[in-house]
Amino acid sequence: MVDSRQQWKAWLYLLPALILLAVFTVYPIINTVKIALLEGYQPLGAMGGELYAFGFSNFSKVIHYKDFLTCLKNTVILCVTTVPLSCFLALIVAVCLNSIKYLGKVLQTIYFLPYVTNTIAIGMVFAMMFNIVGLTAVNADTYQGALQVYNIYTNSQGEHIGYVAQSWGIINNIIQAFGGNPINWINAGVNINRPGANTYIANITVMIVYIVWNALPFKILILLGGLQGVNKQYYDAAKIDGASKWRVFWRITCPLLSPMIAYVVITGFIGGFKEYSSVVGIFGEDMGPAGNGSLMTIVGYIYKAISSNNYGTASAASLILFGIILLVTLVNLYVSSKKVHY
Amino acid sequence: MRVKLENLTKIFPNKKNSGEVIAVNNFDFEIPDGTLIGLLGPSGCGKSTTLFMLSGLLKPSSGHIYFGDEDVTNLPPEKRGVGLVFQNYALYPHMSVKQNIMFPLQNQKMGKSEMMARVVEAAKLVQIDELLERKPSELSGGQQQRVAIARALVKSPNVLLLDEPLSNLDARLRLQTREEIRRIQRDTKVTTIFVTHDQEEAMSISDYIVVMKKGVVQQIDVPQKVYDEPINLFVAKFLGTPPINVFKGRIENNQLFIGEEMITKYKADDQLVYVGIRPEGFIVDANGPLSGEFKSLEVMGRDSSVVSTNPNSESPIIRSIVPSDQEIAPDEKGKVHFFVKPKKFFIFNADTEERIFEKE
Repeated sequence: MVDSRQQWKAWLYLLPALILLAVFTVYPIINTVKIALLEGYQPLGAMGGELYAFGFSNFSKVIHYKDFLTCLKNTVILCVTTVPLSCFLALIVAVCLNSIKYLGKVLQTIYFLPYVTNTIAIGMVFAMMFNIVGLTAVNADTYQGALQVYNIYTNSQGEHIGYVAQSWGIINNIIQAFGGNPINWINAGVNINRPGANTYIANITVMIVYIVWNALPFKILILLGGLQGVNKQYYDAAKIDGASKWRVFWRITCPLLSPMIAYVVITGFIGGFKEYSSVVGIFGEDMGPAGNGSLMTIVGYIYKAISSNNYGTASAASLILFGIILLVTLVNLYVSSKKVHY
Repeated sequence: MRVKLENLTKIFPNKKNSGEVIAVNNFDFEIPDGTLIGLLGPSGCGKSTTLFMLSGLLKPSSGHIYFGDEDVTNLPPEKRGVGLVFQNYALYPHMSVKQNIMFPLQNQKMGKSEMMARVVEAAKLVQIDELLERKPSELSGGQQQRVAIARALVKSPNVLLLDEPLSNLDARLRLQTREEIRRIQRDTKVTTIFVTHDQEEAMSISDYIVVMKKGVVQQIDVPQKVYDEPINLFVAKFLGTPPINVFKGRIENNQLFIGEEMITKYKADDQLVYVGIRPEGFIVDANGPLSGEFKSLEVMGRDSSVVSTNPNSESPIIRSIVPSDQEIAPDEKGKVHFFVKPKKFFIFNADTEERIFEKE
């Protein structure tokens, strides 16, 4: 314990951090609440001394805005798919890494690399991998290839002309190598006019793959740390008791890791609800096609509102997002209090 | 079940100088069915390594292990049917006492009701049947110990192995628990091997003691025999509290000398020797041949302990235990004199430290 006469020293050392927190965290939170509760707030007007009425219209605007529901849907889909998937995969990888004798350290470093790379840059790499689909005109009557021919029409010479999809991306190349049709993973301004082409599922799949991949390293690191803290004797005891590897994993490893698992799930959900830069990294600033197939997330919505000067709705949306995260975290904590064994 | 160790050897690679460390060297012993064996030795003597080889967690470098007539040397732990109690118990912290004890049974195909019956039976045996719903963290050290024993016993093992089972308990509990281990072993008649560095513990409950030093078995015998007839200086020093008093001496003309004092006649070749005298091997008597400078008298109720010094003693003081009703007074030179009881002293060669027996 610090001697009470020495306490001013402790406060002194804490001061820089406290000042930064007050200026860049506490004040903005208070200000966000204030702005969200003022009707028609404009920063320039506020600076000019204009007064705004108090009310909840910003919140109702956000909730009634059609695109907000799209954003909410996208965010929730990304969360509920990527968090369990990435946690499960991270657990498997961590257990495997932990049981490797040689090269363990090297592999740990390799698995951790995505964590130190830039989200946007990696997003662009993913965009290249899932790349663009283009179209090539072929004669539908003489075409011998395995690909489906779209949009067949008769030209002036009476030939049947159609289009087959062509792709540069490695993923589509692999699909084609196995005889499949290339998939329009990413709408990057190429309209292939496929009948009834709804690219949403393909698009969101790319996002899920990317987010899971991007979320793995941190989770692996945490779980691996937890695994290395587990007393080896539990495994020896289980071996003596004749438990199969599978049973050891479910009955010993998982429960002993449960505090770490709870940690990565909770932080995973918090991060998932704030998903933004990954979508921008792959789909660009517009976050996917406009309208129904948009991949806009809640944070994307907030930034868009700010850039169009709607500070009130941006603040209200932030608070709604905060409320959602708080709720989900409380549910997480409640569940883990039942399941975590320490 | 009878357990036979045949030339059992374990060599670990030494990481520092890429050499080898021989943890257990040529262990050869047949453990009779239903006995309690204490593996005794200072830390690093290979006793735990031996235990882990018996359990199957460690693979021997050479040699064989037989359970009954079956060679189990290459069998994995789960197929050996051993119960192992770890030094710090290794109870699964997230499971209740009941789940902990049941865990080994769940790995076998067994009906629920039979499992429960056996859990209760094992729990009753170690007297923890009141605690089945508790978590290990809610138990005292002694109770955790019992749970660990119950978990090891519940699958009716061929052999029960205990690794320093008492070292994490406080002194009183240790005394109580070692009686308990003895009782449980007698009740179940399971061949039991336990590891300890505490000679008193090993002496008090074992049928046989195996004294080890640096991987080499020194002596195997019933406890009293090991105490009364130590085979070398190491064994003599390791057993007994207070420890044996060791003097430098020599044998000359079939007489044993400590310094210039002729202690007794002893038929053996002339040589330099160590003389070990048990604390209870002294008789204080003004005419005694061995003398020591009197330092203090410690009264401990039933006995007293006379503390004196002698220039030829290996340790700073000589401690001799005498009945407390005997009056102890040093002579005018401040010295006490002793006779030495014939069966309470041992002669060892000064170089080999092996016991020198008297010629017939």
